[in-house]
Amino acid sequence: MAKEVSPGVLALRKVVDDVHADARKAKAEGKLVGWSSSKFPCELAAAFDLDVMYPENQAAGIAANRDGEIMCQAAEDLGFDNDICGYARISLAYAAGKRAARKFDPETLEYIIDPNSGKPLKDENGKVVMGEDGKPVKDPKTQQPYTVLVDIHEIEAMPDGPLKDKYWESIKPYRQMRIPQPDFLLCCNNICNCMTKWYENIARMCNIPLIMIDIPYNNTVEVHDSNVAYVRAQFDAAIKQLEELTGKKFDEKKFEQACANANRTASAWLRVCDYLQYKPAPYSGFDLFNHMADIVTARAKVQAAEAFELLEKDLEQAIKEGTTTTPFPEKYRVMFEGIPCWPKLPDLFKPLKANGVNVTAVVYAPAFGFVYEDLDGMARAYYKAPNSVCIEQGVAWREGICKDNKVDGVLVHYNRSCKPWSGYMAEMQRRFTADLGIPCAGFDGDQADPRNFNAAQYETRVQGLVEAMEQNAANKEG
Amino acid sequence: MSIELMMKQFQDIANNPNKQLADFKAAGKKVIGVLPYYAPEELVYAAGMVPMGMWGSNKKTISRAKEYCATFYCTIAQLALEMLLDGTMDQLDGLITPTICDTLRPMSQNFRVAIGDKIPTIFLAHPQNRFADWGLKFCMDQYNDVRKMLDKISGHEMTDEDIRKAIKVYNASRAARREFVKLANEHCDVVTPTLRSAVLKASWFMLKDEYTEKLTELNEELKKLPAANWKGVKVVTSGIVCDNPKLLAIFEENHIAIAADDVAHESRAFRTDAAEEGDPMLALAKQFANIDYDVLLYDPASSSNRRGEFVANLVKESGAQGLILFMQQFCDPEEMEYPYLKKALDEAGIPHIKLGVDQQMRDFGQASTAIQAFADVL
Repeated sequence: MAKEVSPGVLALRKVVDDVHADARKAKAEGKLVGWSSSKFPCELAAAFDLDVMYPENQAAGIAANRDGEIMCQAAEDLGFDNDICGYARISLAYAAGKRAARKFDPETLEYIIDPNSGKPLKDENGKVVMGEDGKPVKDPKTQQPYTVLVDIHEIEAMPDGPLKDKYWESIKPYRQMRIPQPDFLLCCNNICNCMTKWYENIARMCNIPLIMIDIPYNNTVEVHDSNVAYVRAQFDAAIKQLEELTGKKFDEKKFEQACANANRTASAWLRVCDYLQYKPAPYSGFDLFNHMADIVTARAKVQAAEAFELLEKDLEQAIKEGTTTTPFPEKYRVMFEGIPCWPKLPDLFKPLKANGVNVTAVVYAPAFGFVYEDLDGMARAYYKAPNSVCIEQGVAWREGICKDNKVDGVLVHYNRSCKPWSGYMAEMQRRFTADLGIPCAGFDGDQADPRNFNAAQYETRVQGLVEAMEQNAANKEG
Repeated sequence: MSIELMMKQFQDIANNPNKQLADFKAAGKKVIGVLPYYAPEELVYAAGMVPMGMWGSNKKTISRAKEYCATFYCTIAQLALEMLLDGTMDQLDGLITPTICDTLRPMSQNFRVAIGDKIPTIFLAHPQNRFADWGLKFCMDQYNDVRKMLDKISGHEMTDEDIRKAIKVYNASRAARREFVKLANEHCDVVTPTLRSAVLKASWFMLKDEYTEKLTELNEELKKLPAANWKGVKVVTSGIVCDNPKLLAIFEENHIAIAADDVAHESRAFRTDAAEEGDPMLALAKQFANIDYDVLLYDPASSSNRRGEFVANLVKESGAQGLILFMQQFCDPEEMEYPYLKKALDEAGIPHIKLGVDQQMRDFGQASTAIQAFADVL
């Protein structure tokens, strides 16, 4: 599905590329580079001009690049159970120095191509060329070397020379496999408590400081003053730790600018998300998944705000022209509940496309579209992550976007990696159906480990959902 | 009373929490269910009510809880919900739902929703940044909420003095349990793994003053015995719960004694005392802050391997030759800490095995083989 890429999307890609390039440059210059959980208040790090990378995005990127399994396996070989979150396993393996690399011959230093890789070769008429064995011939241009695991500490210990250089070069070149090792850690466990132990482990592996902002679970929709006071005090403590780490004073102006940028980005993000309310939608929720990296990585940067505003203009134009980037006519609209199965995006998309099902609502929209006015507001905003809120808030968020974005059903990902996210999903499904009169279908999957996804089960569940939505539509008409 | 008879009494209690609940209710007491981890039971006691620990069950099968939980959830939490749904815990007057791990966070919602108006739930979220004044303050705020809810259930307001008294009762109980653990090591020929587990488990189902009285009596009798001439091996156990009678029987079949434990349901729950003077709410918050070397709690000195080394030292100091880790299935915190526990044990030259366990386990063939092989190595 060759898509024309809009200026807004291109601008967003550049923003993230730049963030990564800046971090690599900072590391090369001997400056500090941090790793941060996705919903740590990035405004604090921005006040110190710190370069920060995001292991959750990194893991999603590695998984989408089909290296989730080899990295998860590497973590398991280090002793981390395969029950642990796939993002955490990928990140822990990376922190330990493990990298997915391209296999080469140590004698010739030539890459060794995996004959099973690559796409079928097509002739000038676009027809697949068949080989003598009756199988499609692979296009050599698309073939890749075998993937193997290497260890940067072992490479570092090698004597200098062409072999060592080749090992460094063999590490997969995509940006998520090339992020610098951390000098400090910023952990906020509003996403999950697994984060706490995940970052403690990295701190131990790399012997680096960890700055921790703890968000205890909340049982009420409102965030009480006691909780706000606790988080505010932690902001102050984190600032002190960052001052010690950097040897710089907290720059209030830079902080205020970062807050203003973060609010502007979040507002633009929300407006972009709201374009999914149009029927038919000018794009698919799957595109929104792809912009997760942008909102997480660059929320406090003005370039991110500008790029989302540009995307907003693209979408406005699309509405005027009646175009959409969804490569099929939209027959049904669903909410996709949970994190996508990054290694299996094509498999996720296939039965949706076949049945005209467009994803027009994702929970990430409210999860990252938070705007605040002051420090108390900021503390309250960071208190509300998808996995730190009570069931009433969780249901209200989702039912809000289900109504606004006019969905006909809900597709629920029981994510083997994410216990907190899947934790009250069964009850939520019952409420969606009771409150909104829409069918729900659940499937088993994983955000990063491809071994936990079964395409056949998924297709059957999508089919079941489509039939239920069909029946619902017929009932309404009848 | 003979040692055997005393331990038999503890065993009866440990094996029949239902009867305990019924007896308390028949005596006109109110009973509060207390889920893992770290709930300030002292407040329940101070309110004149009975706290009853709910750490799942080795006897039940998950059925009704499936309506709420995906398959990959810790069986302790699922079976606690099962008992709330199948009528086992209908007589409870309240339920405290702590939320320190990723399973208990959303499960707190399932508990609240599933039992509806039947039993009031008391929500509790501990702080991980628990040391500074503001961390203590947040913990006290949470505990004050718990206190108010308990007052509502009991129908009267507990005083600070009530809480101070409760702290004294609990400190005495913790001290008695710590002493028992030492005595059980010295007299491991008499205090078998099964009996050791029963004595410690009974504490979750009894009023602590009554428990301490009985346990002190037992401790005194144990002290009179000559030290065991133990020919078998000794291990330290580690994990969340190690009370499965079939697994403990395998220990005994292989002449394995338990020298000490690093188990959430056992020693981790009574390592830390609270101050008996001053503001009792602050004392309880400080007690929580002082809990250390725990897989569930944030360690600000995380760049060193303090917890792993603590457990390795425990093995050495207790005279054990190895460690048996009961890895609770689907328990992220335990799983996350394993590689560094292993590192510390390996560096200290301490052999260990990791056994995957859950409360739905009914076949112990594999565990038996692993434990037997381990005993042979030791």
